[in-house]
Amino acid sequence: MAYAAAAPHKSMTLGEAGSAIAFAALALLSIIIAAKAYTPEYAFHAYLFAAGSVAAVFAIVNRYYERPAELPPLTIDGKPNYNMGPVKFGTIASVFWGIAGFTIGLLIALQLAFPALNFDTAWLSFGRMRPLHTSAVIFAFGGNVLIASSFYVVQRTCRARLVGDLTPWFVVLGYNFFIVIAGTGYLLGITQGKEYAEPEWYADLWLTVVWVAYFLVFLGTIMRRKEQHIYVANWFYIAFILTIAVLHLGNNATIPVSIFSPKSYIVWSGVQDALVQWWYGHNAVGFFLTAGFLAIMYYFIPKRAERPVYSYRLSIIHFWALIFLYIWAGPHHLHYTALPDWAQTLGMTFSIMLWMPSWGGMINGLMTLSGAWDKLRTDPVLRMMVVSVAFYGMSTFEGPLMSVKAVNSLSHYTDWTIGHVHSGALGWVAYISFGALYCLVPWLWNKERLYSMKAVSWHFWISTLGIVLYISSMWVAGILQGLMWRAYTALGFLEYSFIETVEAMHPFYVIRALGGALFVAGSLIMAWNVWKTITAGEDVREQLPQATQPVLVAAE
Amino acid sequence: MPATYKFFAEFAQTWGLLYFVAVFLAVLIYALAPSRKNRFDAAARMPLQED
Repeated sequence: MAYAAAAPHKSMTLGEAGSAIAFAALALLSIIIAAKAYTPEYAFHAYLFAAGSVAAVFAIVNRYYERPAELPPLTIDGKPNYNMGPVKFGTIASVFWGIAGFTIGLLIALQLAFPALNFDTAWLSFGRMRPLHTSAVIFAFGGNVLIASSFYVVQRTCRARLVGDLTPWFVVLGYNFFIVIAGTGYLLGITQGKEYAEPEWYADLWLTVVWVAYFLVFLGTIMRRKEQHIYVANWFYIAFILTIAVLHLGNNATIPVSIFSPKSYIVWSGVQDALVQWWYGHNAVGFFLTAGFLAIMYYFIPKRAERPVYSYRLSIIHFWALIFLYIWAGPHHLHYTALPDWAQTLGMTFSIMLWMPSWGGMINGLMTLSGAWDKLRTDPVLRMMVVSVAFYGMSTFEGPLMSVKAVNSLSHYTDWTIGHVHSGALGWVAYISFGALYCLVPWLWNKERLYSMKAVSWHFWISTLGIVLYISSMWVAGILQGLMWRAYTALGFLEYSFIETVEAMHPFYVIRALGGALFVAGSLIMAWNVWKTITAGEDVREQLPQATQPVLVAAE
Repeated sequence: MPATYKFFAEFAQTWGLLYFVAVFLAVLIYALAPSRKNRFDAAARMPLQED
């Protein structure tokens, strides 16, 4: 089709026509479901699907009329013609969702210290806001960073344009639509009650379609590569995409009550369900929050430090050891439960073995700076990424420690776990993401540099202080809580009632909320900086007259 | 073959262990073989190349 150059006869591609028809059919189906839905909340979601599908049909047809007869070429003057539109969208979306997710986290942190802050509404109750927070930060913020950065890295390291014309857009827009369905669902009380897998069956089905498209775009681009070698970051991205697909299918094997009902039942039962849930849950940590962000580390740190990867051989060993070990670690979430003892021990053993690849990877990331350590003084973006790798090392030391049964008997169900999770989530995942976003924004919008390096420095110090307050208060709170729960009197009675342990947590919850507030403040500084870089940053192409953005430049 | 706990535990503790050791050795040989040195040194610089 694309080779009809001689006569510029314009016709819809098979993909355009096919997806327009598919979305039209989905719109019709959604309207029927909305009309017959068992609950108003489900009808609302069906209407959202209908509206989204109609918008998709309109966008596809409109785009067809606007575009030239030929699809964009794969190369221009021998250089790859990269497709950065979807990357830009994911970058902006991640900044937006990041602020939303951190703010909701701050709200629930405050609710734990001051319970009146749910204002006696069902919508703002902790039980609904907590999954909103976790999904917003992990899947909305982290997911958009991963999709955007993976589409960027795979194109640059393969020197090839993304495969597909509409499909990359379908991936980013479809993924964000899933986020909207999941998030509004929690607020309305729609959940299947599985941690980190709360969205119900119809949202899960939608995500499956989007995720398969994501995998195909990524793999297709790798197959189109001009470089012989597949760079290690792409291996980590492939492991992330593929494993998340398998986990998602396994943990969401549900049967809906009816196509007109949001409710479904999982096919697993009892302890098997618990095991599948934590096989999923821990590998969401291992492959979403670790493998995916390690891919970011292996591209953005060498790029920013302008140094090659310290040991490429170590990165290969890191990759294979990590993916082979992580998948077995899930049972450590079920110590001292109905799960058979040997399975618990197996989960613990694999968790401890994970020390090796985790620290190998950390050392590889840090040592990539050898010969460029001085850049830490001058480049706050690089500083952010190096601190993130240090946090990666710290939380992957703490995790295996907590998986040891004896330690777990003290730490489990306490706030120590929350502290551990946030040293990984804030320190590692968010910081490597901020670093990647600070790199990506000037690259994508062809700017000479970020609008303000000073603002990056402020962001770094304010949120680092926030993280330190957060994790240290949760360590103290968690250990105190664990010790109070297991304290006995001389007569063998429990020394403390449960509410006394809750009361003892109050000061730590206030400190934690303060840490969270600082983290939110840092992310607002980043959003301002990103906005100013895009609208008022200095263009890379110096030939352009300065007067291209007169109004915004004047606004200092 | 009886599908008992003992059977599966023995299988995992012998063949499972050997399988993991074999995979790990294969990765080590692949990654550390001197013949691939130049290739991996070049790969380490991939993010730094410009179009």
